[in-house]
Amino acid sequence: MRTLCIFGVCFFVVFTSCQREKRDLRPVPTRLAIYSDAARQSPLRPGGAEQPQLRVTNPYNGSAYDIAEGERLYEWYNCSGCHSHGGGGIGPPLIKTDWIYGGEPENLFDTIVKGRPNGMPSWGGRIPEYQIWQIVAFIRSMNGQQPRSATASRADTIEQNPQTIQNRTGGATK
Amino acid sequence: MRTSRYIPTWIVLLLPVLSAYAQIQNQPDDGQWTMAAKNYASTRFSALDQINSGNVRNLKLAWTFSTGLTHGHEAAPLIVNNTIYIVTPWPNYLYALDLSKPGAPMKWVYEPDPTPAAQGVACCDVVNRGAAYYNGKIYYNTLDAQTVAVDANTGKEIWKTKLGDINLGESMTMAPIVAKGKVIAGNSGGEFGVRGWMAGLDADTGKIAWRAYATGPDSDVLIGSNFKPFYQAARGKDLGVKTWPGETWKIGGGTGWSWISYDPDLDLIYYGTSNPGPWNPEQRPGDNKWTSTLFARRPETGEAIWAYQFNPHDDHDYDAVNENILLDLNIGGRSRKVLAHPDRNGRMYILDRTNGEVLSAEPFAYQNTSEGVDLKTGRLKVNPNKASGYKTLRDACPAPPGGKDWQPSAYSPKTGLIYIPHNNLCYESQGVRANYISGTPFVGMNVRMYAGPGGNRGAFSAWDPVKAKTLWEVKEMFPAWSGALVTATNIVFYGTMDGWFKALDATNGKLLWQFKTGSGIIGQPVTYKGPDGKQYVAVLSGVGGWAGTVVAGGINTVDGTAALGFTNAMTDLGKYTTKGGTLYVFSLP
Ligand code: HEC
Repeated sequence: MRTLCIFGVCFFVVFTSCQREKRDLRPVPTRLAIYSDAARQSPLRPGGAEQPQLRVTNPYNGSAYDIAEGERLYEWYNCSGCHSHGGGGIGPPLIKTDWIYGGEPENLFDTIVKGRPNGMPSWGGRIPEYQIWQIVAFIRSMNGQQPRSATASRADTIEQNPQTIQNRTGGATK
Repeated sequence: MRTSRYIPTWIVLLLPVLSAYAQIQNQPDDGQWTMAAKNYASTRFSALDQINSGNVRNLKLAWTFSTGLTHGHEAAPLIVNNTIYIVTPWPNYLYALDLSKPGAPMKWVYEPDPTPAAQGVACCDVVNRGAAYYNGKIYYNTLDAQTVAVDANTGKEIWKTKLGDINLGESMTMAPIVAKGKVIAGNSGGEFGVRGWMAGLDADTGKIAWRAYATGPDSDVLIGSNFKPFYQAARGKDLGVKTWPGETWKIGGGTGWSWISYDPDLDLIYYGTSNPGPWNPEQRPGDNKWTSTLFARRPETGEAIWAYQFNPHDDHDYDAVNENILLDLNIGGRSRKVLAHPDRNGRMYILDRTNGEVLSAEPFAYQNTSEGVDLKTGRLKVNPNKASGYKTLRDACPAPPGGKDWQPSAYSPKTGLIYIPHNNLCYESQGVRANYISGTPFVGMNVRMYAGPGGNRGAFSAWDPVKAKTLWEVKEMFPAWSGALVTATNIVFYGTMDGWFKALDATNGKLLWQFKTGSGIIGQPVTYKGPDGKQYVAVLSGVGGWAGTVVAGGINTVDGTAALGFTNAMTDLGKYTTKGGTLYVFSLP
């Protein structure tokens, strides 16, 4: 009975964590950006015509490894230089709900590949597509759109460690 | 009785004549405003005297003008031939308003159509600091790194010269000056690994006459046989290459994004270069010449005559671009031609502007990153405990925007004081490896700023350049990010980021009048004589700039490192102001 129980727990852990621990050893470049336009579409449809939005699943959804990779790449490709750690700066924030060009995975993918007119560089051909998906997974994780189990609970950099924030009323010592 | 009344009058009449003849800060004033800093000496002092301490409290709004834009409005309006000219942030419209008609209706608007993509390479909001008038033309720079000349009467473009490339991270935001027939302008992009330069363009044709880089071999920096720096550290061949590891000088910053002054007698222009790139100092061991450096050059050829590096191997984003006010002061018992430069590092430098010798460098803002300047070698004595790099640095002051940033001070020959709008910010940081990808940021530093001692994030103070100390200081909740203006009647004007436009008594800092504008003020106040003979005061309101990105850029304040770490210090700005550009013009009833 006890063995069965342990077996059961192990079974549960193995199966529920498999997505989280997944590693794509030979990532296949996704070709979405090449065959389709994934820019966000307008909800205003003349004559009430059907205009289904393309739905694509990010191959790295829920994968802790790929989200962590996405975070590394987000720094590596200087996304952080313009968007900071999600709060924005030169570019708009990436932690938000009011997306200009859409916040669904395929919208984010499309934005990164093509760039956007007001200063978002076009990264197509520069970042391999599987890495773009990893970055997309990371951006979604910043917005709480990835399973908690797959995202880091606490980052080790000053920007996300609230304990170290000096208060605004005179933190410096004379 | 008779004599005692007449002799003083005689002396009073003669004195200004003598001093105006000898002193650069006392140039004649025609009541116009033809360049951002008012005059070549960059004093922002106006001789107009209708508005005085007795009547300033009656100052009333005369008229307003909406620019229709929502980014930071840092420019100084120009007033020439009864027309007021306003340059806006991107997309860099140039509005001409007719002062001879009631309500100053629009004469024309010139739209240079800079590419929207340029917004991606503007580090700290898509601002523009203004234009210069010369010989019937208005000259200014567009965000996508072009300099334009526009007919001041018709608004027609006369020439447009492309000076930089956004794909290298270059943009332009500074207000040019025109000296000896050359329009002089420099690039922005010290956070993008650009190679900084200053260029001189023929004012009639727009042809590039010279371009002086801040880094690289002497031939590119325009250092030749006439280069005579005061200190040993600046002598030697190709220091713009040798003080960098490998070829990093090619992406080392040193941009010329801010103020230029000009001394016609010495025939020298003065300007400072920006911080080195990347911010992370561990990626660029060495002095990183000629970043964070003051240059004295010939306006016609760009030839360097002397240079002085304020912050060798800068650790804190201390650009040297702040204003250089040219003064003739009595120091140590003799009259000296000096230049006053309130640096980002928090010190007010008084230099001999004939040769670059440092006469004093005392702090005007709270700082703990340096211990003084060695007057023998000219070198800043940095505090080794506050070096930044691949570690967590805490409690370093001033923060990257410095004791003060671009916001220009004013000088009054009446009071002999310099009026400094400034910051009071400290910071913590963590270095990370910056990866150079052209056209994207090259910084390598995660920063978080907060208020310095006292809790006020800004201040407006009066500095005595002879005694090298602060005479009075007014604390401000937010960084004082607007320019200053001082008049012959001892009134000093500036604006605050929560939208107040203030007039203080220049002798003691007492608040005499204030008006709440529609948005935070980060513009440069000016004053002029209208066609009706009345004195007016004008300022652009419209929050933004680096300090105001949190509002103008819609920052999410959960991330303190946003906007290069300024966000952490400004999370509450949105409770005090919203965005939107408007020109406010005031007069006595
Ligand atoms: C040079 C600065 C810069 C860099 C580097 C940069 N961005 Fe952007 N980004 C911008 C700007 C500016 C915009 C706004 C564009 C617009 O409104 O047209 C933007 C927009 C976006 C958007 C759309 C936001 C919305 O509301 O729809 C996303 C997503 C995005 N960037 C992700 C990234 C990622 C991921 C990277 C790194 C691979 C990156 N950016 C690198 C400047 C930059």
